[in-house]
Amino acid sequence: MDVELLEIRQFMGQFPPFDGLSDELLDAIAERVEVSYFKTGSDILELNDTVSELCFIRSGAVEVYRRQGELYNRLGEGDIFGHFSLLRNHKVRFPAQAIEDTLIYFIPNDVFQRLCEEDDDFADFVELERPRLETVAEQQKKSNDMMVTRIRKLVTRYPVMVASTTSLQQAAQQINDSQASAAIVITQCTGSPRYSFQDSEGVKWKMVGIFTDSDFRTRVVAEGLSPQTAIGDVASSHLITIQSDASIYEAMLTMLRNNVHHLPVLYRQRPVGVVHLSDIIRYETHSGLYLVSNIFNQSSTQGLAKLAPDVRASFVRMVQEGANSQMVGSALSTVGRSFFRRLLELAEAELGSPPVPYCFMVNGSMARNEQSIVTDQDNALILSDDFIPEEHDAYFYALAKFVSDGLDACGYTYCKGDIMATNQEWRQPLGVWKSYFEDWISNPTPKKLLQSSIFFDLDSIYGEEHFVETLQDLIARRAAESPLFLAAMARNALNRTPPLGFFRTFVMEKDGKHNNSINLKRRGTAPMVDLIRIHALACGSKAQNSFQRLKDISDTQLLAPGVSDKLSYAFEFLCMSRLRHQMIDIQEDREPDNNIEPENVEDSERHTLKDAFHVLSNAQKFLKFRYPVPAQRQRQ
Amino acid sequence: MLGIRPRHRIIQPDWTDYMAQRERHAKDPAIQRFFATPLPSGDTPIADVPMVALDLETTGLDERRHAIVSIGVVPFTLDRIKLAERRYWVVKPTRTLSGSSIAFHHITHSEVADAPDLDVVLDELLGTLAGHLVVVHFRNIERPFLDTAIKARRGEGVMFPMIDTMSLEARIHRQTLWARFRRWLGRPPVSIRLNASRARYGLPAYQGHHALVDALATAELLQAQIATHYQPDTPLKNIWC
Repeated sequence: MDVELLEIRQFMGQFPPFDGLSDELLDAIAERVEVSYFKTGSDILELNDTVSELCFIRSGAVEVYRRQGELYNRLGEGDIFGHFSLLRNHKVRFPAQAIEDTLIYFIPNDVFQRLCEEDDDFADFVELERPRLETVAEQQKKSNDMMVTRIRKLVTRYPVMVASTTSLQQAAQQINDSQASAAIVITQCTGSPRYSFQDSEGVKWKMVGIFTDSDFRTRVVAEGLSPQTAIGDVASSHLITIQSDASIYEAMLTMLRNNVHHLPVLYRQRPVGVVHLSDIIRYETHSGLYLVSNIFNQSSTQGLAKLAPDVRASFVRMVQEGANSQMVGSALSTVGRSFFRRLLELAEAELGSPPVPYCFMVNGSMARNEQSIVTDQDNALILSDDFIPEEHDAYFYALAKFVSDGLDACGYTYCKGDIMATNQEWRQPLGVWKSYFEDWISNPTPKKLLQSSIFFDLDSIYGEEHFVETLQDLIARRAAESPLFLAAMARNALNRTPPLGFFRTFVMEKDGKHNNSINLKRRGTAPMVDLIRIHALACGSKAQNSFQRLKDISDTQLLAPGVSDKLSYAFEFLCMSRLRHQMIDIQEDREPDNNIEPENVEDSERHTLKDAFHVLSNAQKFLKFRYPVPAQRQRQ
Repeated sequence: MLGIRPRHRIIQPDWTDYMAQRERHAKDPAIQRFFATPLPSGDTPIADVPMVALDLETTGLDERRHAIVSIGVVPFTLDRIKLAERRYWVVKPTRTLSGSSIAFHHITHSEVADAPDLDVVLDELLGTLAGHLVVVHFRNIERPFLDTAIKARRGEGVMFPMIDTMSLEARIHRQTLWARFRRWLGRPPVSIRLNASRARYGLPAYQGHHALVDALATAELLQAQIATHYQPDTPLKNIWC
């Protein structure tokens, strides 16, 4: 390399996409660069000019406009422009103007094409939006082992299997002999019911339960049963299993959700092993599991509140280990739900059994399994229609208050909008809830829906699950056929818009104004969740998780092909960026929040975030067009 | 610029005449070719002038005692600086290289030891400059050093019109009413050295004292000066000297 060009290549090499290039390619660029100076206010690229070079800003600042004159981007030192035109028909679609005295390095088209051909990351970078988001999302996925490693990897030996007629004593001996800690209980069967398989001698068996070390204590000794009792009579018949090709992560979640420590692993219908919690921990130390079992071991609100720092520690570890937003979101939601359940158990222990059946419902991020570390509580009570306010409400108010205060003590602050079961409006029998939803859907106004949209993310957490399912069914049925409702939701979804991007140490708004920080929830993830929810409602999906909803949406013709993937990548990136900044806040001993400061955003993150904002912004534009206010209503 | 000895100002009101005369009388074929290649006339708009930025690194400031170490050349126009067409030569100075000038120019003894004499690269150098208007920052180095060095080797010197970005900068910052007023107030004069001048136009600071980087820096400075104080159709004669 000519030493004289070091000046140029060293400077360019600091910025993406050049930072990832080989020295040889960097030399090839520096070798061929052309330079030009542009005075403030002068045009660098004019509409419909022919472009034959990639432009790199060596110093100064440049504004790029859309055809209609709308600001498209503001760029500073180290940014590039002109690549969209180079990749298409070489006609300038986005004119560029110097807004400060600017020095541009021009990279000839043949060098640019060579870079695209020889360096995939470079090609991904300059190709608009999707591929870059996709690459980042894919990389995050790949970097996480737990997500791809299948659970069968942790299965080291065949499970101990005992016939249901075996005595407890014999079963205990067999478990001992194989140094296991659980046995799968099987029984002979005919036909092919669930969990049935054939052994090597052609006998058909069916798995009926699992019996673990601790069952010997809780179900046998504590109950004073004879060792001669048949194991089939006492084994738990509540079977939680996992397929051998599921990921370790899925297995972990299954354990978390069901609070079980042993998981039979099946190949098709046949048990091939039993995985224990400790196997997974050994594989990937993960405090989330300990945390959940710890939650269920606490006997008071104070005890639970002491676990709050563990939640943060576990969160930090997950993000550091490269978990993606879905993993973090569902793990934190599972932890949150565990606090919730344990508090309800404690509340019932203190207040006595409920006078009528009920279901505790969660809304918002916990219902979507998308919780972050900064979260408040959104919940409500659905009571049986046998509910008589005068007789029963005191109990449920006390129950709601116990839970709500407890959650607040554990770090899930009270909901500012008072979406909590302590609010009488949100502590109602199923019939009233149905009429609420009927009213929101049939007589929507944007104002009314502003408050209630949070209820359109709903999940049961404790009690009569079917109450919530009834409401989910009602919504899925009615929303899709109510254009007025969808239009009102769509209008609200446009209240919060993303910024244009970053410029130096500022966040740049669409009108060109600068801000010092950005609330990534308000300006990114929340509007994205809103718009995904509307499409999901329009296609009758009952899914609550945004990624799941996007999958449902992509099965319909609602969005152009590929759009839901694009949204999914953009959403993943926005979520991850938010989680990462919360992790940094915690590590630097600041209270985590949803704000990110541009000076803490790395170059590559800036570019990808800008792409994600762009995807969101386009999707919002489409929303307006897709769910217009019906003509009849407009005339009124 | 301490250590520069006072020189007669070269006043050449009609470069075209001078060039034509030198073409007729030149004995050295390379020099003859150089003067035979026409230069744009003084009336040509600056935007149409093919230019070449030239920078010499030398062992000192006096062409009678010091020698050329390296030469950087970058062809350009008002629109584009063509780095791909750059030329750079290290040449063996006729006088020994002092330790301080080694540190200064980032050139080592071994590089210099293997380097050819200026005479070997001279034909190529003149070929690159021919037909282009030479742009330098501070002509009182480049002009006498080249003239002296060529005269020593070929028996006849070479002079040509130049644009001097430093003197353009001096016109603005040293000779205006405002500059005189500042001087009258006893304020220090504005620096017109290369990097200080560049900074006024928002141009980045380059690692100085490499002939090619300085030539590039000079070309960028001229583009900035024209964009700021002149017009693309400003005639060449208003700028050259």
